[in-house]
Amino acid sequence: MKNGFVIFLAAFAMIFTSWSAFVLGPQLQLGREKQVPVLNSTEVYPRSRHGEANQGLQVYRANGCAACHTEQVQQDGVACEVVLSSAGKNPAAISNLLATLNLRGLSQADAQAVSDKIAAGGGKVETHIVAVGPDIARGWGLRHSVAEDFLYDNVVQLGSLRIGPDLAGVGTRLPDANWQLLHLYAPKSVVKDSLMPPFRYLFETRKIGDAPSADALNLPQGFTPPAGYEVVPKPEAKELVAYLLSLHADVPLYDAPFTPVVVAKP
Amino acid sequence: MTVNETQTNKIDASCRVPLLVLFGGAAAWLVVGSLLALLASLTFHMPDKFGDCPWGTYGHLQPAADDALLYGFCIPAGLGVALWIFARLGQTPLRGALVPVVAAHLWHLGVLVGLVGIFVGDSTGFAWLEFPRGGSALLFFSYLLLGLWALMNFSGRRDSGMFPSHWFLVAALFLFPWIYSAANILIVGWPVRGVVQAVIAWWFGNNLVFVWTSLVGLGTAFYFLPKFSGRPLQTYFYALFAFWTLLFFGSMRGVPSGAPVPAWLPTLSSLNSLMLIIPVIAIVIIGWKTVVGAAGQECKGGSFCMVKFGFVAFILSALLLIAQSCPVIGRLTQFTWFGPAQTQLQLYGFFAITMFGAIYHILPRAVGIEFAFPKLIRVQHWLAMLGIFILVASLAVGGVEQGMKLNDPAVAFGDSTKAMLMFLRVSTTGLLFILLANLLFALNIFVMILAWKWSLVKTVFAFVISPLNKAEVKA
Repeated sequence: MKNGFVIFLAAFAMIFTSWSAFVLGPQLQLGREKQVPVLNSTEVYPRSRHGEANQGLQVYRANGCAACHTEQVQQDGVACEVVLSSAGKNPAAISNLLATLNLRGLSQADAQAVSDKIAAGGGKVETHIVAVGPDIARGWGLRHSVAEDFLYDNVVQLGSLRIGPDLAGVGTRLPDANWQLLHLYAPKSVVKDSLMPPFRYLFETRKIGDAPSADALNLPQGFTPPAGYEVVPKPEAKELVAYLLSLHADVPLYDAPFTPVVVAKP
Repeated sequence: MTVNETQTNKIDASCRVPLLVLFGGAAAWLVVGSLLALLASLTFHMPDKFGDCPWGTYGHLQPAADDALLYGFCIPAGLGVALWIFARLGQTPLRGALVPVVAAHLWHLGVLVGLVGIFVGDSTGFAWLEFPRGGSALLFFSYLLLGLWALMNFSGRRDSGMFPSHWFLVAALFLFPWIYSAANILIVGWPVRGVVQAVIAWWFGNNLVFVWTSLVGLGTAFYFLPKFSGRPLQTYFYALFAFWTLLFFGSMRGVPSGAPVPAWLPTLSSLNSLMLIIPVIAIVIIGWKTVVGAAGQECKGGSFCMVKFGFVAFILSALLLIAQSCPVIGRLTQFTWFGPAQTQLQLYGFFAITMFGAIYHILPRAVGIEFAFPKLIRVQHWLAMLGIFILVASLAVGGVEQGMKLNDPAVAFGDSTKAMLMFLRVSTTGLLFILLANLLFALNIFVMILAWKWSLVKTVFAFVISPLNKAEVKA
């Protein structure tokens, strides 16, 4: 029995070590995390979701959406991009110079060299930092997902299988609520080869009353309900769409930097 | 072993009722699980057909199928086999069989509550932890009862020797309550903030799906392989080494690389995954030295074959797991079907098939009735092997294909999904074979339970009428 006790104690110690490393450790490091500043800005991140979007997260959970969708954009690293901000006095020469130079996917030193060449020709440039990797190239996000993105999520739905596309930035990528509703009701009506099951049970097909409902879906040919009927989203569908539209992890942070492209106001 | 046959029979018989309840329920959930998995796979063939009811979508069917296999079959089957191995190795009949019987009923009730919870939308949303509170509380309570009972019988054993199987099984008994309570309290009960939830869920999933099943499956194999091959386990020290390294490296992993968490977590996970090659090599040596060339029983599609197949499947599954944590391969296989392929190999190819072998050996001895369809055992073995091979091969190869397309931004995302379709259709065939195998398994188990109940009725009937006859004779 002495032998047995030693085995028991050592197994106890190992499970305790594992628990300390993967339960206690992360909780001590991240459990009290607060909002963080957005790079080069006075804003803080993340903002908590509004109520309807929070309800939508529960619809997302209840329907097991995470079985097919991830919410974690990956990136391979960062690269520099040289952007011309002013052509200076001799635009034609700068234009010719630019045609000979590689402006994207540069290391910091290369970017500096390119900037120097353009500056010597009289042009003004900015160096942008951009994330690189297949997910970024697909437009799923501007940077990789980080712990801060999920600070206010309860439950955190990271997912592990990409049967469908990543949704970490779907609110930025597909911001049209009507498109999202159509896609939920009949995925093939908007994405021809979609494998996603239709979530018709989140909608109600009902007889049109005195006037058509303002909420009724404007379905394309082949997906319309019988004449005299309309398809309206149930509250769950609206909440789910509100949640999806609230997904945009697209601000630069200390641990995930990039240069945001500011669109000049007209 | 110098104990006479009556003693052995007594030990086997003492486990009879708990084992029938544990294995009977497990067989039922096994069929339910494989049916759900088949339905889930069919949603890829005709996604349009399942849109009118919530429970018909992949997001409900797949978690339910996984949980029915893991919680419905794997855990009760493993606990039943552990109870019997403890009784046999300790040369002690199981005492107070009522407690495990009640606990086993509670366990199966917990699985039912949990599965219904998933279908009505009460899933917790974390892989392997989907059961809502009601179900998981029942599971935890009944596991405590079963585990404590097994440990009490273990510590009250007559033969006080410690065998390698003991270490593996005792550690597993102990592991589950710890990880299950920690995960449920910190994710479901009083949720922690942010991604810590995901880290705990990964830790839990790995410890249950990989470590728990490995401990119980290997503990079972280390009991049966020497028994069938007629050669003692080669050797005690390799087994001890494999035990420690498996428990140490195996339990400290689970966070995928690239996860949105501090980098030390995925790094530590990958490192420990790679180190798993150490116990795997030790386990290969144990299997090789114990089985190859031994002049024991011949494997004729029975228990021995199944345990051997399960053992090989474990090694393959562990190698796939290790491969995924190599940076080059991991980058290719992340977010693809490669991961599910490894999980299925671990849960079904290794664990379930090892359990089939053990149960086919144990039940006739415990109940005292032979299986009604002994020939079907061989058919079941072949169907299960074929099914799991088709399933795992198609998903793993398809996963690599999908990964190459996902990693090439020039390929549209839709094409990466379309490339998977052919592999998914092949995998459905595998699931069909698995369902058939499971039905045959359940058939043998259920007929045995019926035969046992019928013999009970006959005994009671004989008991009722026999004194009457005597009284009549006296009168």
